[in-house]
Amino acid sequence: MVAGSVLRSLVSQVMGGALRRPALSSFSRGMQTVTLIPGDGIGPEISAAVVKIFEAAKAPIRWEERNVTAIKGPGGRWMIPPDAKESMDRSKIGLKGPLKTPIAAGHPSMNLLLRKTFDLYANVRPCVSIEGYKTPYTDVDLVTIRENTEGEYSGIEHVIVDGVVQSIKLITENASRRIAEYAFEYARNNQRSSVTAVHKANIMRMSDGLFLRKCREVAEDYKDIKFTEIYLDTVCLNMVQDPTQFDILVMPNLYGDILSDLCAGLIGGLGVTPSGNIGANGVAIFESVHGTAPDIAGMDLANPTALLLSAVMMLRHMGLHEHASKIQTACFDTIKEKKVLTKDLGGSSKCSEFTAEICRRVQDLD
Amino acid sequence: MAAALRGTLVTLVKGLGGARMHQLASRPLSVSASLCGQETPPPRADSTFKVTMVPGDGVGPELMTAVKDVFKAGDIPVEFEEFHLSEVQNMANEEKLEQVLTSMRNNRVAIKGKIHTPMEYKGELASYEMKLRRKLDLFANVVHVNSLQGYNTRHNNLDLVIIREQTEGEYSSLEHESTAGVIECMKIITREKSRRIAKFAFDYATKKGRNKVTAVHKANIMKLGDGLFLQSCAEVAELYPKIKYETIIIDNCCMQLVQNPYQFDVLVMPNLYGNIIDNLAAGLVRTRDLGGYCTTGDFVHAVVANLRHRPAQ
Repeated sequence: MVAGSVLRSLVSQVMGGALRRPALSSFSRGMQTVTLIPGDGIGPEISAAVVKIFEAAKAPIRWEERNVTAIKGPGGRWMIPPDAKESMDRSKIGLKGPLKTPIAAGHPSMNLLLRKTFDLYANVRPCVSIEGYKTPYTDVDLVTIRENTEGEYSGIEHVIVDGVVQSIKLITENASRRIAEYAFEYARNNQRSSVTAVHKANIMRMSDGLFLRKCREVAEDYKDIKFTEIYLDTVCLNMVQDPTQFDILVMPNLYGDILSDLCAGLIGGLGVTPSGNIGANGVAIFESVHGTAPDIAGMDLANPTALLLSAVMMLRHMGLHEHASKIQTACFDTIKEKKVLTKDLGGSSKCSEFTAEICRRVQDLD
Repeated sequence: MAAALRGTLVTLVKGLGGARMHQLASRPLSVSASLCGQETPPPRADSTFKVTMVPGDGVGPELMTAVKDVFKAGDIPVEFEEFHLSEVQNMANEEKLEQVLTSMRNNRVAIKGKIHTPMEYKGELASYEMKLRRKLDLFANVVHVNSLQGYNTRHNNLDLVIIREQTEGEYSSLEHESTAGVIECMKIITREKSRRIAKFAFDYATKKGRNKVTAVHKANIMKLGDGLFLQSCAEVAELYPKIKYETIIIDNCCMQLVQNPYQFDVLVMPNLYGNIIDNLAAGLVRTRDLGGYCTTGDFVHAVVANLRHRPAQ
């Protein structure tokens, strides 16, 4: 079991339902372009760290840097800058640092805008305990897959009368089937044995009921993968007691938002958790999901691990497994050794020193 | 010997009710923030309380038998009025529900096991659990999460209170199919109910000598709905200058709870978030296995023996 999971984590721990799709095979040859969105706050520093480590690993990636801010397009609709959209449309693959979302400002959250623009319907977050970075939980090895386009995040809200607000949660047959299919496909491609649907169909009988029904239907086509169902509250209860019982969890938007962060907490927080967003038409954006940390921005104190592991996910998505393993090993070894760590990981090193240490290890692995 | 058995009593309570009953161990069992006051005169020592009992489904009846046995052994002046209500055993009908409601209204206090909710949608959106809450307007759910001494879990010495609004929000049972394959589910947030739960939370904190109330929300996404909840909490908070008021986004709250739960004191939140946080927090203090091997019946015997041997107080 232990050997198996180690193997799994080395071979294909992180990426992709889409791994075996023929359209992606072209990624494995020659230089590939990736759109890099450095983001705000500490974003530029940690992006620079990732670029440096990729160089050290001789990863065949050409970066196309684009800034993303919300701009008002024709007709007053909020949109992302055309040059960023155009770059993404061409490269299909993006790596993104944190973007700031002003609370209660006029425009929607940047992440929401990106999701809508590229129809990023699945958010995938592998949560694997990092050896050497101690938390109350060990041997966590699970993946949360979250439907990203509808549910509570439909953005439809009205004030019915003063003091009464109605927010609409939207669940559709198509989106539910699409996310369920992705989850099972992911399980198959990553040698994982079970998929668990998380729901609240005892309370939201029609909407969550529909989601659950679609999961059951899709499960019929994947007899090799075990399928189970569980209430959201029960998952929370069981998760904090023994997270090792879970494998792949698939769920609607809000539950996924909550559970993916909860699981990140189990392994040490958003600073070490990678994340990938899978969209229609082969588009995928990988990102660090932590905040912009404006208080330490520009001070060379940030921890690039989350963005780096997201970039590793990206490499696997593109079929560059060798480079992915090399960088991941170097990163995990650095953390395990505990000699050069950023402050949030319990060390006293600067971001640049942590980065240099990973680069050194990457080159040693050659 | 007696001390050892007293330990057992605590365990039983824990096994029975999870976090909900932990307060028995160290703090008096009281959830009411404002009703314990002057309105009702203190009952005479020889009077008997009538309490409605709904054993519910699954292990509910067994657990209620345990409660009854222990109460009897302890000469606790409570008389239970028992009703069997179940959605899965064909004993549910409106008339029965009305009887239970009448009894609860008269007695004003009830103890209830879990009434199982069948998952499949058969035309009725609200479960019995939800109907009871709504008809009796049981607006506040209070869970006191308190680590038990002697049981080592991942997080020890926890002491936090979760207050959940449970009459609106996602549990409004308003769902419809707008076109084929598209379901809309309404979440309702009102200023009136948000203020009511906020006031309850601050009153509770004041009464129990706690010094911080944290409102849990998702106002960055549900700007209007959760925004209204947050605004109502902030308005009420101004009336309680001695109690610190903070806010936190639900997903961050869950993450913080598993990393550093000690930063929280009283948490107040809308319905669904409460359901999530309740369970998460209960998981933090509960061990999967209490390490015992005896049956419920043996347990009750031990507890009863313990009660009988206790010196009169």
